[in-house]
Amino acid sequence: MAEAQNSPEDLRRTTVQGGPPPAGSTTAGSIAVAAESTVATRMSAPPSFDVADFPVPHGREEEWRFTPLERLRGLHDGTAVANGAGVKVAFDAPDGVTVEAVGRDDERLGTAGTPVDRVAAQAYSSFEQASVVTVPKEAVLTEPIRIAVHGEGGTAFAHQVIELGAFAEAVVVIDHTGDAVLAANVDFVLGDGAKLTVVTVQDWDDKAVHCSQHNALIGRDASFKSVVVTFGGDLVRLHPRVAYQGTGGEAELFGLYFTDRGQHHEHRLFVDHNTQHCKSNAVYKGALQGDDAHAVWIGDVLIQAAAEGTDTYEMNRNLVLTDGARVDSVPNLEIETGEIVGAGHASATGRFDDEQLFYLMARGIPEHEARRLVVRGFFAELVQQIGIDDVEARLIAKIEEELEASVA
Amino acid sequence: MATLEIHDLHVSVEAEAGPREILKGVDLTVKQGETHAIMGPNGSGKSTLAYSLAGHPKYTITGGAVTLDGEDVLEMSVDERARAGVFLAMQYPVEVPGVSVSNFLRTSATAIRGEAPKLRTWVKEVKETMQRLHMDPSFAERNVNEGFSGGEKKRHEILQLELLKPKIAILDETDSGLDVDALRIVSEGVNRVRETGEVGTLLITHYTRILRYIKPDFVHVFANGRIAESGGPELADKLEAEGYEAYVKGGVSA
Ligand SMILES: Nc1ncnc2c1ncn2[C@@H]1O[C@H](COP(=O)(O)OP(=O)(O)OP(=O)(O)O)[C@@H](O)[C@H]1O
Ligand SMILES: [Mg+2]
Repeated sequence: MAEAQNSPEDLRRTTVQGGPPPAGSTTAGSIAVAAESTVATRMSAPPSFDVADFPVPHGREEEWRFTPLERLRGLHDGTAVANGAGVKVAFDAPDGVTVEAVGRDDERLGTAGTPVDRVAAQAYSSFEQASVVTVPKEAVLTEPIRIAVHGEGGTAFAHQVIELGAFAEAVVVIDHTGDAVLAANVDFVLGDGAKLTVVTVQDWDDKAVHCSQHNALIGRDASFKSVVVTFGGDLVRLHPRVAYQGTGGEAELFGLYFTDRGQHHEHRLFVDHNTQHCKSNAVYKGALQGDDAHAVWIGDVLIQAAAEGTDTYEMNRNLVLTDGARVDSVPNLEIETGEIVGAGHASATGRFDDEQLFYLMARGIPEHEARRLVVRGFFAELVQQIGIDDVEARLIAKIEEELEASVA
Repeated sequence: MATLEIHDLHVSVEAEAGPREILKGVDLTVKQGETHAIMGPNGSGKSTLAYSLAGHPKYTITGGAVTLDGEDVLEMSVDERARAGVFLAMQYPVEVPGVSVSNFLRTSATAIRGEAPKLRTWVKEVKETMQRLHMDPSFAERNVNEGFSGGEKKRHEILQLELLKPKIAILDETDSGLDVDALRIVSEGVNRVRETGEVGTLLITHYTRILRYIKPDFVHVFANGRIAESGGPELADKLEAEGYEAYVKGGVSA
């Protein structure tokens, strides 16, 4: 695979191996040792719950420069209005779990993080009811909590909170299907020693637009695993964000996307190592095919001065299957203390190149099967990380389906 | 008996200044059981011939014909050619990240044989073949050619040759980059396949060294995009003594 690489071994240097990355793509990265966070100053406004605190973006701002604003259906400029036929949300929770619909003034809302862009603030300013899912302390669930979000063709603003008491363990699967224009904030609050795995699947119909900020607040010695799977939609823009509330917290952020013709998939990660002795590991992989398929990956990791003993690694890999697709991959690691266990990042964008195809076909393997082999191999280790059989099976089926579509 | 017939083959590649003709009328017939050595200087078009027979998209056939048992090979896609029995051991085998050798071999054998090989006998077959090629079993779990040394890549090519049992095997500089031990091991693999009498071999090489291990029935000198001279094994001895100079000069003035 021809790829452009950027790894911790070659700080501030982008090496190109075996050939150029796909035209029009960036695989840039940086590791900055800074006294003041550029992650924070890069934003055009400080985080806020109030949409009025954010100017309407014009598209050249750092946090908007990759996003086609005209396809946000008004989520960014106040013209999107919620309507009745927005989304339907169904909860399926095992015994012992509480699911509540609450009003805007519930004090459990917004505790895990603050909206970082205008769309997230718009969502926070506009939702009418929020859902709060609570797993009591020390409850260890054997079945996943399933949240099915189905778009009914309208526009909606939403807020969800998943809260785990101390030492509780749970798996949550949030599934997005149908057609909608949806802006949301989702809070994950993990008590001390809690273990939460969240799988969010964006399996939208072709026209859907989905912007969501995920805020995880990780308690002392708690571990959070997020698996973000994005296939569908016209535009999906997610902010998986992590901060720690005590020492010994761990975050694993896995992501997998398959970006087709005309689709825009954007994942903007932020891990805030604000406390000492916490770990984070982010691995996102994407395959792209078709004209104007566009994937954006931003991986911001900040190690604050107080966060001694931090151990962090982030990686993004992209496999470009056809011409005409574009990847922008920007890992950014900022270190304010030297007293860390480890910190690194890597980003690579490679083509599924004709030589690989030729080699496999020269061994009798038909073209579609050759492509499938390579793509399946590319995603395999990540799929295995999910650990939920039906989600894994669906994912593999979905990848096959996407590939079938590409061959046809 | 399987026969590969190459008749007046012309091939060009897309160069910066437009199409450039590399093969300028190649005639050659390879029958099952025969071994033909094709020897020639760098850049004479040996790999071009090999890739063109396998159907690499970089090469445009501008004239001539290639048939395997009367079937038009040039009409077939790359995978169809392989399934028809044409095998190319590449000079520079390609790395395929994310695809394990064992998965690759099994997928390939399934495609070539038309059905999935029985798991138990297959595992044994692969293991034994790897053993004979002095390949560590751990290679089965590695990704295809990824991080393989030059010699390991060549062994992996011959492993495939042994497992896929083609009718026509084209070996493009399988000897280059091998030390003496590796050359012997790889040659033994090729000879095991030849001894079945079921394969016609086109052994492309720059050096006569490999011909001490793999005895050709015919030797062809390849120069300037065509076969300049054909003969028996004795022709290799002449090349060993005199080099390609005579042919290259002729090529340039032609
Ligand atoms: N894209 C291209 N543009 C121009 N010339 C090309 C191109 N591809 C191949 N050639 C030329 O075709 C000629 C034949 O190349 P080929 O690889 O077939 O030679 P070879 O006999 O296999 O050489 P070697 O012994 O070095 O392997 C060379 O002169 C090479 O430079
Ligand atoms: Mg060559």
